[in-house]
Amino acid sequence: MIELNDDASTIFTVGQVQSGPPCCDPVPSMQVANVSVRYGTRTVLDQVTLDIYKGCITALIGPSGCGKTSFLSALNRLTDLVPGAHVSGRVLLDGQDVFDPKLDLMALRRRIGMIFQRPNPFPLSIRRNLELPLREHGVRGRQVLAGKIEATLRAVGLWDEVGDRLDSPAMALSGGQQQRLCIARALVLEPDVLLMDEPCSSLDPISSAVVEELILRLRGRYTIVIVTHNLAQARRIANYAAFFWMKERVGKLIEFDGCQQLFDAPKHELTAAYVSGARG
Amino acid sequence: MPLLAASAAAAALILLLVVLFLVREAWPVLGQGGWRKFFLDDAWYPLEGRFGLSPMIWATLAASVGAVLIAAPLGVVSAVFGHFYAGPAVKKLYSMMMALLAGIPSVVYGLWGLTVLVPLIARFEPPGASLLAAIVVLSLMILPTVALTSASALESVPQSLMRGAAALGMTRKGQILGVAVPAARVGIVGGILLALARALGETMAVLMVAGNVVQTPHSIFEPVRVLTANIALEMAYATGTHRAGLFASALLLTALVLLLASVAARIARNPRHG
Amino acid sequence: MASQAGDRAFLAINYLVAALVAGVLLWILADMAWQGVQHLSWEFLTEQPRKSGRAGGIAPILVSTTLILAVAIAAAVPIGLGAAVWLAEYSKQSGQFAAGTRLSLDVLAGVPSIVFGLFGNAFFCVFLGLGFSILSGGLTLACMILPIFIRTCEHGLFAVNNDWRLAAAGLGMSRSSVIWHVLIPAAAPAIVAGLMLGIGRATAETAALIFTSGYVDRMPESLSDSGRALSVHIFDLSMNISGGDKAAYASALVLVVLIVAINVLAVALSDRWLTRRIVTA
Repeated sequence: MIELNDDASTIFTVGQVQSGPPCCDPVPSMQVANVSVRYGTRTVLDQVTLDIYKGCITALIGPSGCGKTSFLSALNRLTDLVPGAHVSGRVLLDGQDVFDPKLDLMALRRRIGMIFQRPNPFPLSIRRNLELPLREHGVRGRQVLAGKIEATLRAVGLWDEVGDRLDSPAMALSGGQQQRLCIARALVLEPDVLLMDEPCSSLDPISSAVVEELILRLRGRYTIVIVTHNLAQARRIANYAAFFWMKERVGKLIEFDGCQQLFDAPKHELTAAYVSGARG
Repeated sequence: MPLLAASAAAAALILLLVVLFLVREAWPVLGQGGWRKFFLDDAWYPLEGRFGLSPMIWATLAASVGAVLIAAPLGVVSAVFGHFYAGPAVKKLYSMMMALLAGIPSVVYGLWGLTVLVPLIARFEPPGASLLAAIVVLSLMILPTVALTSASALESVPQSLMRGAAALGMTRKGQILGVAVPAARVGIVGGILLALARALGETMAVLMVAGNVVQTPHSIFEPVRVLTANIALEMAYATGTHRAGLFASALLLTALVLLLASVAARIARNPRHG
Repeated sequence: MASQAGDRAFLAINYLVAALVAGVLLWILADMAWQGVQHLSWEFLTEQPRKSGRAGGIAPILVSTTLILAVAIAAAVPIGLGAAVWLAEYSKQSGQFAAGTRLSLDVLAGVPSIVFGLFGNAFFCVFLGLGFSILSGGLTLACMILPIFIRTCEHGLFAVNNDWRLAAAGLGMSRSSVIWHVLIPAAAPAIVAGLMLGIGRATAETAALIFTSGYVDRMPESLSDSGRALSVHIFDLSMNISGGDKAAYASALVLVVLIVAINVLAVALSDRWLTRRIVTA
């Protein structure tokens, strides 16, 4: 449940900002073993193995084209939608095999939410954007829906801004507001894991900072995997970091470690070169 | 989703049904090698078993090609005017007017032709209802189509091409005739072919002004009957082989129109360069 | 310089032709409107025709026309929308069938209207036994407007932002839910525009209706009655009724105004829909 904070000075109400890594329970929420992704004959990602820890923010860093987005799409099986996409390996979510063909895909996507690079609220009203996924997953009753919508909008700090005009078009919101609405749309289903594909990269600096602050406050309550090109951002918010690089035109995981360690004492020379800005 | 697939199937089925039923109705004539009758018989006296379509085929071609010869240059020049010479307000007005005219029903053009054009022609060369009237009315009807398709073909000529021409110090005329129109020629030709197809298939307006006498035209002032008008006129009372003959002529016309349309489509797909 | 003179001459030709074309076409319209207005009156719109239409009004004809259009829309929209959605969203699975469907629709779009009239007569009136009726006419028109309606809807659905499909998938929404709640509303402007285009074409149709919905100019009592459409009425008045010119002009004016109104409505509706979705940078 999302709690409401009485402190009027804070915009966001999802817990206090938890400072410093690692501060959370190093229990794996998702376990990834030897996952490879190929589209047709072209392999974009090869043999990735890492653990995603509960309540922590895991940052996926590395230059463009290394398969980070494909990796993210494999975790919630969005790759199923791409014709010719093949994913091999194993992904466990709290012990359950994600690639099991008998798995209830709708239930999986309720537990794993996704935020995309370009904000993509539906061309409907703000209220409908949040109602639609709830109704889809069986939530009924005007009071119940309205309550969940208000709570979620408060959690992302949009209630004060749009609470009085929930029936106005979502597309009329600013970029930053749209992205926060998309986060709200994912949160309203009360997921365990949030996958974010460069959520701030198409926003202006101020909106970017607002969204980043929100992501920080989600830590602890949600498990977050975030793809980012912004190394400073990764340093600021991530508990764990995974560094990807392209070798022979195939994306590979080079190093996975606690964020602090990866940046300050990288084990691999490529990692050192990338985080220092010498390469990438 | 099965319901959706069923809708798509239903839509696809329509063409099949059309062809099926046309052939079914036309079979009495087609089955006996009737095709040859269309071209070998000397005249159209269906009640006596003579199905010579040649005069009407000539009339159809004469009216349609004549209309295209008038409408194509005028339409293309109108489009050039709209795109290169008119200010934005005039351009918008012009294209709105063309769109409006393209939507006017053919009976309305026919009505005008019948009450204004035919008497006008009759003053010089009676009877007035003639091939010429058909050509004029048809060209009025297809002109907006040519203008609109040429306009959109000109719109899609890349700006960089025009800028390059201007940078070479070409005159406006040179830029348009030498660069823009050739670059847009695929769309323009396609539009003209489509207009020709439309003229061939047009029924009401031509029926109302062409005089409807079955004869091969030797002068543009003579009354003629086109294929479509023939069908419309005689369907009301045709039975048996006569009716079958009309259906067969409809198949012939459809084949011709579709041939044109496919040529236009092929040109659009494979523009010859050079 | 010779090239400058040539340039100026070309410019003059352009203006001349444009003025000529615009002038002639507008003169025709204005002349007809003027003649038509003279015979137009409230009684004209609300009374039955008398003396074969030379006098009286066009009320039953307006009713018949509306009913024919209503039948055409009722038949074309569900089938057309369903087919368009299937083509835009599901055709990847059965590429052959989809290609075949698209081809058949393209071919159908080129068939002349008199041929549709013959088909309608042979299939709806005779084979299905519907006789000369508003139903036959409406269904024939539906066949005519389906190709363009489906093509416009399909393009509208294709153009819908793929981001929305991904977002909906990420939220675990079912395919039909996405189509019904997100994609169709998003493509609504294109769908409405396609429908209006079809209606505009259907209203102008004559040749297809003469042999399917018939000539009867009495007030229709049911869909299986024969009814005369406005375009057919104009045709009858000008060709078969001497002295029917005035009434023909007035009817033509009503028809043109109707078509213009439909087109203006289409543009206004799609504009309104588009402004409701202001996309910010």
